[in-house]
Amino acid sequence: MAEASAHVVQHGPPTTFLRKYVFSVDHKVIGKQYYGLALVAVFVGMFLSWLMRLHLINPNGKIWGLHYLSAVGAPGDVMTPEYYLSLLTMHGTLMVFFVLTNAPFAAFGNYFLPIQIGAEDMAFPRFNMMSFWTTFLAFCFLISAFFVPDGPPISGWTAYAPLSAVGSDAGPGLGMGQTLWGLSIFTFCIGSLLGALNFIATTLDLRAKGMTLSRMPIPSWAWFITSCIALLAFAVLLPACLLLILDRVAGTSFFIPAGLVISDKLQPHAGGSPLLWQHLFWFFGHPEVYIAILPSMGIVSHILINSMRKPLLSHKVVINCMIAIGFLSYMVWGHHMFVSGMNPYSSLEFTFPTLIITIPATILTLIWLASLYGAKLRITTASLFALGFISMFVSGGVSGLFLAQPSIDIYLHATYFVVGHFHMVMGVASLFGVFAGTYFWFPKMTGHMMSETLGKIHFWITFVGAYCIFMPFHYLGLAGNVRRYSAFTDDFLIPLIPVHKFITYAAILTGLGQMIFLYNLIHSRFKGAPAPDNPWDCTSLEWSVPSPPPWDNFGGKHPVVYHDPYQYSVKGESGKDFVMQTSPERVAEPNA
Amino acid sequence: MRGGMGKTFAIVVVILAIASAVPIVRHTWTPPVDISTHGHLIDAQLNDTMVEVGISFLAAQFVLALFVWMSSAPNSKIKSFPGGAKGLVIAALVLVGSEVIALGAFGQKAWAEVYFRPAVPDAVQIQTQAGQFAFYFRYPGPDGKFGPLHPDKIDEGNQNFFGLDPANDVDSRDDIVTGELAIPIHREVHLMMHAKDVGHSFYVRELRIQQDFVPGLDLSVHFTATQIGRYEIVCTQLCGLGHYNMKAYLNTLSQEDYDKWLKDKAAQQ
Repeated sequence: MAEASAHVVQHGPPTTFLRKYVFSVDHKVIGKQYYGLALVAVFVGMFLSWLMRLHLINPNGKIWGLHYLSAVGAPGDVMTPEYYLSLLTMHGTLMVFFVLTNAPFAAFGNYFLPIQIGAEDMAFPRFNMMSFWTTFLAFCFLISAFFVPDGPPISGWTAYAPLSAVGSDAGPGLGMGQTLWGLSIFTFCIGSLLGALNFIATTLDLRAKGMTLSRMPIPSWAWFITSCIALLAFAVLLPACLLLILDRVAGTSFFIPAGLVISDKLQPHAGGSPLLWQHLFWFFGHPEVYIAILPSMGIVSHILINSMRKPLLSHKVVINCMIAIGFLSYMVWGHHMFVSGMNPYSSLEFTFPTLIITIPATILTLIWLASLYGAKLRITTASLFALGFISMFVSGGVSGLFLAQPSIDIYLHATYFVVGHFHMVMGVASLFGVFAGTYFWFPKMTGHMMSETLGKIHFWITFVGAYCIFMPFHYLGLAGNVRRYSAFTDDFLIPLIPVHKFITYAAILTGLGQMIFLYNLIHSRFKGAPAPDNPWDCTSLEWSVPSPPPWDNFGGKHPVVYHDPYQYSVKGESGKDFVMQTSPERVAEPNA
Repeated sequence: MRGGMGKTFAIVVVILAIASAVPIVRHTWTPPVDISTHGHLIDAQLNDTMVEVGISFLAAQFVLALFVWMSSAPNSKIKSFPGGAKGLVIAALVLVGSEVIALGAFGQKAWAEVYFRPAVPDAVQIQTQAGQFAFYFRYPGPDGKFGPLHPDKIDEGNQNFFGLDPANDVDSRDDIVTGELAIPIHREVHLMMHAKDVGHSFYVRELRIQQDFVPGLDLSVHFTATQIGRYEIVCTQLCGLGHYNMKAYLNTLSQEDYDKWLKDKAAQQ
């Protein structure tokens, strides 16, 4: 495909403090803002998970100081069952939306997509600023649910109707807190839609001269495909949230059927369908998994190639697999609903695409593995996290084969097996991509190197810790341990409590390990060694500009691209083992 | 040692993979004994999948470890994987493709047994209602007919959990309402499910049955128990603050004991 060659000057340099750091239209500042927001969200989310884990192993025990967080939710520092569900809802919502969507996609995508394709900024810089601040507003709505009288919502991150739709008759947390949740996700969808449109327009219109689509580095491809998925997925969740809010505040009945008796009150609703919410939610929800993981796949591929000093076995196959995954992600949402009461014959329609999605995922994994054969590995913290990603992706991915089958799902649905599966593949694997990206791109983003020693300590704690936390979840699920319980009082669950204790200890230790990352991030930002322009001997465009790049990325120059993205271990004229995409030198036998 | 960090990674991956597989191989945590006529199909499917997944999991982790080990050696040279991407794509398409299609196709047997055929005509008819945070069960009584439901008449204080109106509905007068589910073994049970308020779910591990209650929808499942015993029925759909504590008991009885139990319950109504 021919490259887009229009060079557009989007804006001038920032002139005021506010324009430079707060209401900036510079994609790099916006990328950092998204990263900062995701960082706050991930630590809040992790803190909530600690509280949940502590409560689970001793439901009547005190968690010191908890009443400061909520006097109603933790009278005498003992967490109530409903407050456990509140924390669970907030943990899931923060992590899925504000961490797994924001960090690998919005944060890194914003910062590096324009530079990697040789653009000065995003296609619509003001839209870009608006997407971040809309997302920030969504975050404020969500966090404010902690401070409303009846507490944060308790209906889980999936907010199944009618529990989420009928209001406070159904229990605490389902009043103002649930409305704020709906408002938050509604707002988040607007921000994400604006962002997705911007990414697509930028990729299609603003590529530098010579940057054909096939010459785009894998992360740029991943962000582009993810934007296409996000555009369709959030476009469905947006109206779904609006309908949910209307059910709650305007007396409509989109998701509430007739004849419900809640707290001895016959509800004044008729005609709605709870399954409609599930369909709309999972039509978004399943592609969301790929919104979280595809950018990390791209980032990890990019870093692996750099560490291996050779390209992946096939650039084209990798891109095609990512496109196939994106396409198939729209045909599988019903596998979340096998036992929901939808027509049992429809399970056939959902199980096969779900199983078939294994094929592109396997091809990707095989390509990563086979590419490692005969590599000359340079082990850095970034490459360790990239290798760890492969291990995690395999471990979390294979358990999906069980859940894709409706017959097995009868037994495993709503158990900790599901929790283990999605935490490993969507949560940890995706976060490994974010960690890899952070250690890799931090020098470019800040002009300082991160400490490799601290980084490696962080890697080992996180890698081993993640296995210790999430592998046992699968075992619990096999024993039928139901999820979303605030205490295990059933006879068959009591013998499983020692496993929960092990998980809790592992989660606290692994969480403490993340403080090393936070320290490294903050300390290196100010005291880290100065970063050269291209510390990792990388070939893509972001490494052809100073660290950090100037406000217009290329200092007024118009970059020209001469090569496919990954010219490693080639014979160029400079004598190095790599040739940059922007270098006009000839390459004897270029990598395809 | 040069390349030490890469080799350490390889060793740790192997240890983690083996440690992850040990509890599976040793059957440390498994589903409880199956007490249904269809459960063995689900268990067989679970076991087959476990073998295929286990092999793929270990193979992928070991290959990852091996290649990282090899390419961490200080004297490693850049080489290409023999056969290139094409071989891998074909292998994945053929092997994984046939594996997953087979799993998908064979797995339908168990699913079809539960969902594609209706309950047999002489199945034991029982209705269940889920509400925050209890299950209730209704038997049709000697007339074999369930009286109609009137949600507006639900009154937990007066023990009218289902909203029955025996004063006006003849069919309701002999209906038996209980808080626990008793069923005879070796007879198919047709369980008709509805929710009173929000979504709930009916899960009995030993029966290999899980089915959501969806407000506004009348759903049903059927199953046949094969062993006498007492089992826990738990809710698996988040339904509010008491979700963790929403449970009931399933008593599987001999036909004689079941008849006696039904008679005793009828006398208590």
